[in-house]
Amino acid sequence: MPFTLTTTVNGKSYTRPVEPRLLLSDFLRHELGLSGTHVGCEHGVCGACTILYDGQAARSCLMLAVQANGHEITTVEGLAASPTELHPLQQAFHEAHGLQCGFCTPGFLMTLVPFLQENPHPTEAEIREAISGNLCRCTGYQHIVEAVKAAANNQ
Amino acid sequence: MKPAVFDYLLPASLDETLTLKAQHGDDAKLLAGGQSLIAAMNFRLAQTALLLDINALTALAYVRRAEDGSLHLGALTRQRQLERDPLIAQYAPLLHEAMPHIAHPQIRNRGTLGGSLAHADPAAELPVITTALNARFKAQSTRRERWIDAADFFQGFFTTALAPDEMLTEVVLPALPPRTGTAFIEFARRRGDYALMGVAAVVTLDAQGLCEQARLVYLNAGAAPMSAARAAEQLRGQALSAETINAVSHAIDQEIDPAGNVHATIAYQRHLAQVLTKRALAKAKAVISEQLSVTS
Repeated sequence: MPFTLTTTVNGKSYTRPVEPRLLLSDFLRHELGLSGTHVGCEHGVCGACTILYDGQAARSCLMLAVQANGHEITTVEGLAASPTELHPLQQAFHEAHGLQCGFCTPGFLMTLVPFLQENPHPTEAEIREAISGNLCRCTGYQHIVEAVKAAANNQ
Repeated sequence: MKPAVFDYLLPASLDETLTLKAQHGDDAKLLAGGQSLIAAMNFRLAQTALLLDINALTALAYVRRAEDGSLHLGALTRQRQLERDPLIAQYAPLLHEAMPHIAHPQIRNRGTLGGSLAHADPAAELPVITTALNARFKAQSTRRERWIDAADFFQGFFTTALAPDEMLTEVVLPALPPRTGTAFIEFARRRGDYALMGVAAVVTLDAQGLCEQARLVYLNAGAAPMSAARAAEQLRGQALSAETINAVSHAIDQEIDPAGNVHATIAYQRHLAQVLTKRALAKAKAVISEQLSVTS
C-alpha cells in the first residue's frame, strides 16, 4: 500500500510515493539522492545517520520515511550556505582535523548544530555528553572535541 | 536490515487508535518514538501486520502536577521533555536523575515515556524508576479504562499486563512523602549503553531519623524490574548506619536474578548490585540530610 509523502528537505519540498516500510535514511539516500546521510548500523547505535527532524537531532534509520510527511528535515547537505562554502562547524572540523575517513562526520555535524544553538558555550564535559551517541573509529574523539570548542569560540 | 512489509495508519485521535486496536489486537503494533521498535523491525526481530503511528496524538504529551502533589505524565511525552521538565526536576528527582542515562540525546528526542514502559525491557531505566516510585499506569481500550500498579504492570521480558486491545495513555507518580530521599545509580561500560546493573533507591525517614519505608529496585537483574522488598524491609525502624546499609546490600543478593552477558558474569553483576546498593542508600540518606538542613 504506497503512501504519498510530502516533506521539506533542506528547504525544498518533495512529493514521492513510498512504501511504509522505507526507512527515512534510505528515502533520503535512494529516493532523493542525498547520500550525505550515512548509514552505519541501522539500529540506532552509531549515529552516522543523524538528521534534523523539525530542528531536532534524530536517527533517520529509526524513523520511517512516512513519518517525514508534513515535517521538515535537514541533512548535512543543508548546512552550508552554498556549494563552495563550509558551515562554520564544518570549517572548524576541517581546521582541527576533526575527521579522518569522514564516514561519521555528517552524523556528528547534525548532532552538534542544534547542540551549539541551545548551548553556545559548552564545557568539554557537555560536548562529550552531546556526542556520546556518535561513534568515530578514526579520531579518538579528541580532535572532534577541539573542533567543537573552536566553533563555539568563533561564534 | 530492513523492516518486513506492513500496513501503516496514522490515527488522528485516541478514539480512532483504540477502535483500530480493538479490531486488530496483537496484529497491530503502536509506533510511538520507535527507538526500540524500529530497530527490532530492522533486524526483523519484530514484525507486524499493521503499524499504528500514534505520533499525531499530541494531546498525550504533557507533564502536569495535580492538587495532591502527584505528577501526571502523558504516555507520548518525549524522554527529552522529561529530562528537562522543571516539575519533574523538583518533584520527581529520581526520574530526573535517571533520564540522562537513557541512551543518547538523539534517541531521547524521539523516545517516549509510554513507549519505553510498554516495551518493558528489564534492562531499561524507566520501568525500574516507575516501579520504585509506585507509579500507576492508565490503560485504555474501547471496553474500559483501568489503572495498573507498576508492580503488576511488568510481567517479564518485554511483557506487560496490557491486553491486546489496550493502550497505555498516562502514568501517575504519587507525591513523595516528606523526609524522602531518592537515588539512581547504574554502571555501564560506556555512557548510554544498557547498564550492566543499576538500582533505584527510595527511602523515607520518620521524624526521629529512622527508616519508615524503603524501596530498592534493580535493572538488568531479572526478567522484569527486580524489587528487593525483603531486604528493604530490614531497613524499617533502623537508622541508615554504615552497618545497616552494608547488611542490606548483602541481603538483596537473594532477591535478584541477573542472567549475565558477554560483558559481565553473573557473579560480577551481583557484585555490582551490592556496591551500587551501598552507594544508592548512602546517597538517598545524604539527600534527606540536605533537605532537612535546608528546611530547618
